Amino acid sequence: MTETPILEIRGLSKAFGPVKALSDVQFSLRRGEIHALCGENGAGKSTLMNMIAGVLQPDRGEILIDGTAVSIPSPAAAQRLGIALVHQEIALCQDATVAENIYMAAINARRAPLMNFNKLHADAQKVMDLLAPIPVRTKVADLSISNQQLVEIAKALTLDCKVLMLDEPTAALTEGEAQRLFGIVRGLRDRGISVVYISHRMAEIFSLCNRITVFRDGHYVATDPIAESSPDDVVRKMVGREITQLYPDKLAPLEPGRLLLSVEGLSDGDRFADVNLQLRAGEILGIGGLIGAGRSEIAQTICGLRPATSGTVALDGTVLRIRNYSDAVKAGLVYLSEDRKGSGVFLDMPIAANVSALDLGKLTGSLGLLDRKAEDRQATDLTKRLGVRMAGIDARVSTLSGGNQQKVAIARQLSIDPKVIIMDEPTRGIDVGAKVEIHRLLRQLAAKGVGIVVISSELPELIGLCDRVMVVREGRIAGELGADELGEEAIIMLASGVQNSSNQEKQAQNVA
Amino acid sequence: MHAEIKAPDGSGRINFARLASMREAGLIVIILALCIAMSFASPHFLTWGNFRAMLMSFSIEGIVVVGMTILLIVGGIDLSVGSVVCFSMVVSGALFLAGLDPWTASLIGIGVSALIGAAMGFFVTIVGLNHFITSLAAMVIVRGLCLVITKGTPLSLFTLPPAFKAIGQGSFHGLPYVIIIFVVVVAIFDFLLRRATAFRKVFYTGSNEKAAQFSGIKTKQVKFWVTVLCSTLAGLAGVIYMARFGAATPTFGAGMELNIIAAAVIGGASLNGGSGTIFGAILGMALLSVVTSSLILLDVSVYWQDMIKGCILLAAVSIDHFLHRKKS
Ligand SMILES: Nc1ncnc2c1ncn2[C@@H]1O[C@H](COP(=O)(O)OP(=O)(O)OP(=O)(O)O)[C@@H](O)[C@H]1O
Ligand SMILES: [Mg+2]
Repeated sequence: MTETPILEIRGLSKAFGPVKALSDVQFSLRRGEIHALCGENGAGKSTLMNMIAGVLQPDRGEILIDGTAVSIPSPAAAQRLGIALVHQEIALCQDATVAENIYMAAINARRAPLMNFNKLHADAQKVMDLLAPIPVRTKVADLSISNQQLVEIAKALTLDCKVLMLDEPTAALTEGEAQRLFGIVRGLRDRGISVVYISHRMAEIFSLCNRITVFRDGHYVATDPIAESSPDDVVRKMVGREITQLYPDKLAPLEPGRLLLSVEGLSDGDRFADVNLQLRAGEILGIGGLIGAGRSEIAQTICGLRPATSGTVALDGTVLRIRNYSDAVKAGLVYLSEDRKGSGVFLDMPIAANVSALDLGKLTGSLGLLDRKAEDRQATDLTKRLGVRMAGIDARVSTLSGGNQQKVAIARQLSIDPKVIIMDEPTRGIDVGAKVEIHRLLRQLAAKGVGIVVISSELPELIGLCDRVMVVREGRIAGELGADELGEEAIIMLASGVQNSSNQEKQAQNVA
Repeated sequence: MHAEIKAPDGSGRINFARLASMREAGLIVIILALCIAMSFASPHFLTWGNFRAMLMSFSIEGIVVVGMTILLIVGGIDLSVGSVVCFSMVVSGALFLAGLDPWTASLIGIGVSALIGAAMGFFVTIVGLNHFITSLAAMVIVRGLCLVITKGTPLSLFTLPPAFKAIGQGSFHGLPYVIIIFVVVVAIFDFLLRRATAFRKVFYTGSNEKAAQFSGIKTKQVKFWVTVLCSTLAGLAGVIYMARFGAATPTFGAGMELNIIAAAVIGGASLNGGSGTIFGAILGMALLSVVTSSLILLDVSVYWQDMIKGCILLAAVSIDHFLHRKKS
C-alpha cells in the first residue's frame, strides 16, 4: 500500500538548550487510521505534537501534509491546514464559560463581527453532550479537572480538521467517559479523519488503534500494525527492558495492622454526606467512582482543604481538630492533588524547591535557615528513585514533560514521613515503567506502617494495587470490595448504581 | 545546619539564581558602561563626591525597595510606600515637637507605619481585596492624614539633637551612616531571602498560591506579614529622612512608589509574583540613580528626566517579556 500519508515527519530534531527532546525522528500517519504514539515520560511525544500544531518550531527536519512539505509557524497556521491538537495540559480560559471556550478557536477563525450567544450556546451544548452533559454556561473554573479535560476535547471536535491529535486525553477520565470518547474517535475515523493518539494505557491503545509508533529517549524506535504487536512487546520497546511484574504483591489476608485513620459521618453539606472510612496500617485502600462522584472532595475535606459541616476524623485513635491543611500535615496526613498544574507544582520554581515545599521544617537548621545541601540531596535521591528525566534538580518544573512533573509532585509527598497519604490520581500521565516503580514505593511505605489511600479512575490500578476498594457514588459510599471481590465489573456496577442490592447487603455486613 | 554559615552561595546553585544572576550581571555591565561613558562626558562624574552623593540619594529609597521587592515576590504591590514614608516622618516629627525624645518618637513612627501595613494586610487577606486597590486607597488616606496632622505646613525640626541628626547627616570614618544602614538592611534581607525558610514560603506563595496551600503553607499569613514588612521598612526610611532633612514635609515622597516599583522590576522582580532578588532590585535602583545623575551633569532639563527613566523601565520590562516568551 503506497498511498501518500496525510501527515509525514522526516528527520525531525528539536533541542531545548542542552536537552535533546527529539533526534531525527520519523512518523507517518495514514488517512483514516488511529495511530498510537507511545514512549516513556520525556520521550518527546508532546514535543512532536506541539511542532505539528505550530506551537513549537523544529530545529531540523520536514513536516509533510499530503506529500508536500509545509512550514507551520503558528497554531493558526496548523488550523488552516486542518490540524487540531488536544493538549496534554489543560489550557482553557478559566474565567470564560464552557461555550465560549469551546468556540474560541472557531470564533477566531470565523471573524464574524458580532457574537450570537444563543446560537453559540446551543451549538456548544450539542458538541458537549456528545461527551458528557456539562452545562455550557458554567464557568470553566468551577469544573473539576476531568470535566475541563472533556471541554478541551469538545473544543477540538468543533474544528473542521483532517488530522486530530489527542495527547493523553483519557489521563483525567474514568472508564465511562473514556469509552464514550473512543466511540467518538472511531466515528471520526470512519469519516476519514486521521487520529494520533497518545496514551500510557496499553489496554485502550490495543482496543482503539490501528498502528503504533514507539519513541525512546527522543529517538524513533519502530512502527507496527497493532495486530502484529502486543503490550509486552510495546513496553519492551519503550523501556528497553522487560517488565515482569506490573503490580507489587498484596497484603496476605488478615494481615492489616491497627486502625490508623477513621472517618465517621463526614459531610460537607453539598457534594457528599455521611462518609465513613477506615484505614489500617499497612494497607492500601483504593477509592473508585465516576467523575463528579465526590471522591476528591471527600479526600480534601478529610485533610482540611475544604470545610466539613459534620463528622470526625481520627488519626491513631485521637480525634483531630483540623482547621486548615497545615494542621493535617502537622498531624501526619497529606494529600496529593489531582490538579497538577493548578495546585500540584510550582511551575516556575526549581525541582528541588518543589520537592521540599511540604516540610520545610525538616530542612531547616536552628537559625531558621534552609539547609540547601540537604534539600539537594533529598531531591536528587527522590528524583532518581522515580526516574525523573530532567536537565538537573535546579531546572524549573515548567521544562519537564507532563509525566515528569507528576513525578515531582509525588516526590514531594514521599519527601516527608507521613502517617497517612491520600493520593488523588497519583499515576496520571505516568509511563508504565515509572508506574511500576511508584506502586512498589507505595507498597514499601505501606509495609513500613504508613496508611495509603489511592483515588484512581484507572480500574486496573485500583484492582492491581489496592487491598480494598471503596466506591463512591453521588457523594455516598456505594460499597466496598475486598481483595477477593475486586474486578472491573464489580467496581463499575457499584459506581454506576446498577444492580446494587447485593452490594448494599455486603456493605451492611462490613459496617457491622 | 552549620554549613550554611560559610559561603553564602558556594554551590552557586540556587534556583532562580541562574536566570537572576544573568540579569544582575547584565545590569552591572550596563551601569559600568554608563559610568565609563559619563567619565568622558563630565570630569565631575568619576569623583568620590559624586558617588557619595549618588549613594546617599538612593540609600534611603533603597530600604523601601527591599520591602517592595519582597512584596512583589509574594505577588503583591504597595502604592502607599511614599505616603507611609511621609507619615512616619510627620508622626515622629510631631511627637518630637510635642516633647517626646526623638528616639521614642521615631520608634512610634515606625510602629504606626507597621500598623498601616497590618491594616492593608487585613483588607488583602481577610476581606479579600487585592493589593493594588487596597494600597491605592491607603496611599490617598495616609497622605490625607499627613496633611491633617501638619495642617498642611512643613514641621521645622532644627531642634533635633545632634546625636539624632547624625543618623542622616553624620558619618563614620567618612562613610555616611545612611549608607551603612542601607548596606546592613540590604545584606540582611538579601541573605534571608536566599536562605531563610520563612522567606522561601514567600516564593512558594507568589509562584502558585494554590499549590502553596496544598503544601500546607498558610499563604494568608505569609502575605499579611510581607505587607507589614514593606510598610515597616518604609517607616524606617521615613525617620531616616527626618534625621537627614531636619524637617517633616507633608507632601514628601509623593510619586516615590513609582521609582521604587520601577527599580524592583528593572532588577528582575515579576509583577506576577514568584521571582525577584534584592540585589537585582538595588542594581535597578543604582541604574536609575546613575541615569539621573548623568542627566543632571549633562544639564538635561528635569522635564526630560522622568521621560527617559520611563523609557528605561519600558525597555527593561520588554526585554524580560521577550526572554520569557523565548523560553516557553
Ligand atoms: N520548554 C522546555 N525547556 C526545556 N526542556 C524541555 C521543554 N519542554 C520539554 N522539554 C524536555 O523535552 C523532553 C521531551 O518532553 P515531552 O514533553 O515531549 O515528553 P513526553 O513524551 O510528552 O512525556 P510525557 O509522557 O511525560 O508527557 C523532556 O526531557 C523535557 O524535559
Ligand atoms: Mg507529554
